[in-house]
Amino acid sequence: MEYTLKEMMAITAAREIKNEDIVFCGTGISMLAAMAAKNINAPESVIFFETGAIDSKLEEIPLAVGDPRVMYYSSANGGLLDAFATMQNPITGQHVLGILGAAQVDKFGNLNSTVIGDYHAPKTRFSGSGGGCDMASFVPRSIIFMQHEKRKFVNKLDYLTSPGYLDGPGAREKAGFPPGGPVMVITNMGVMRFHDTTKEMYLSAYYPGISPEMILERMEFSVDISRAVEATPPTAQELTLLREKCDHQRLIL
Amino acid sequence: MNLKQDKVMDLKTAVSTYVKDNCHLSIGGFTINRNPMAAVYEIIRQKVKNIHLYAHSNGQGVDELIGGGCVSRLEIAYGGNGKFASTCIRFRQAVEKKQIQVEDYTNYQMTLRFLAGSMGVPFLPCRSSMGTDIINKWGFSPEMRQDSDKLPDEKVVTMDNPFSGWMDTEKVVLVPAIQTDVTIIHVQKADRRGNCRIQGLTFADAEQAKSAKHLIVTCEELCDNGELKTNSDQNQIPFIHVDAVVHVPHGAFPTACYHYYDYAPQYLKTYGQKAKDDVAHREYLEEMVHGCETHQDLIAKAGPEQMAAIAADPITGYARNLDRK
Repeated sequence: MEYTLKEMMAITAAREIKNEDIVFCGTGISMLAAMAAKNINAPESVIFFETGAIDSKLEEIPLAVGDPRVMYYSSANGGLLDAFATMQNPITGQHVLGILGAAQVDKFGNLNSTVIGDYHAPKTRFSGSGGGCDMASFVPRSIIFMQHEKRKFVNKLDYLTSPGYLDGPGAREKAGFPPGGPVMVITNMGVMRFHDTTKEMYLSAYYPGISPEMILERMEFSVDISRAVEATPPTAQELTLLREKCDHQRLIL
Repeated sequence: MNLKQDKVMDLKTAVSTYVKDNCHLSIGGFTINRNPMAAVYEIIRQKVKNIHLYAHSNGQGVDELIGGGCVSRLEIAYGGNGKFASTCIRFRQAVEKKQIQVEDYTNYQMTLRFLAGSMGVPFLPCRSSMGTDIINKWGFSPEMRQDSDKLPDEKVVTMDNPFSGWMDTEKVVLVPAIQTDVTIIHVQKADRRGNCRIQGLTFADAEQAKSAKHLIVTCEELCDNGELKTNSDQNQIPFIHVDAVVHVPHGAFPTACYHYYDYAPQYLKTYGQKAKDDVAHREYLEEMVHGCETHQDLIAKAGPEQMAAIAADPITGYARNLDRK
């Protein structure tokens, strides 16, 4: 079955979500990935929003985490204090898997979603952290969505908004964070993961039709490609459920 | 804080009484939901200047206040509007042109700052953002902070856990309390004294409301005193915090108000297109804001067809099958 890169990215993230994960998601493709997991491979996963809604019945895809669609048939409609406390609390926080995107990422999975250029005279201003930095600070596992472009995979971030592994092994612990960090970066060309000991990004998989070399050309820094394999494309069943159950109005896809 | 039995006033009076040039203001809601838009438009109409604005992720209201030329300083976690604007358009432009000064925090930090203000403590701790530029880069200079008696000298303070290792925590980040001159929120129901009932997510409205010297509440439905005293477990803000109650149906339009109406994709999309261009944005302000005497005039211009399309379904609380493309 034919598929788009967006569908490939959403399904790749969905496969990473397991039953009993509490999935923190933002707007757009991360929302779609969480809904896909719930409808395809992890029906017991729980979708949760920084606005304070948990386990909402998403009959239509929300266009923002503050969309009234997240309020319908939820287990609780609280507020921001509840949502962030759930992640900071080590008992519940350990079960949270976060999904987020950014404008820039470095080899340790640190993210910039604030500015390009000087902070005091930015060339481009973005939205800022929102709850992204909080989530990246608190939870044990997070998934990053990126477009694979040289200006986005950079040696040095213009602004460090959300912590990955900071400057390498042991840095998160030294800074005072609980154990954790990003587990993968899903792009429009492949999947990067992080080395267990060096905490550096490596290429884990490339999509059909894409070569590891093509991926390296689109990054400022080099990564290990020796372990990379071709990614498994979405199955017909996955695609059908994604299109019909998650985004039948085609608002994101 | 005000114990009067009847605080009902019109929007013009409420805004002109409490929202002054140079005031410190926060508005409730979140991105495309329950922003106090009627009040935002009235502030623009009254040409209030040099507002110091506090927000967590209040999208549309923040963007319109900036575009309306009312804001000179902003403390914020997120300036975006979901799918309608991944970065709020007038916000982005004003920062890039250095027309406003910005201080960045996270959503949790902004919420804790409002909570600290509501509790009367100078700061609250969290375990977020250590080692990031949220700690390292300050938008407001130390000199500017020292010169202002309305700003703390520090943006944030990182310290060792004074309860040495308790709760497996070595370090905490302290964020300073916010006390605004005025906060404005929009709620589904309020009574004439100011008791408030919000349906759906409260976001950080209660914390924002209680950290203000003065609070303006706009509401979809104005109830007689007593009506909200039954099932008062559904109320979030008791009247003692409230200074002004203003009855404004559709007061959150074009953002959503759960169980009353959805956000207005048509309006938000048109706004997004016009906001990108200075001339078109000026025309938008002339037509939809300055060209309207009241919020009801703006609703009339938006048109009955658009209002019917966003009317909430009684079961789900939003407009099912609304065209959101």
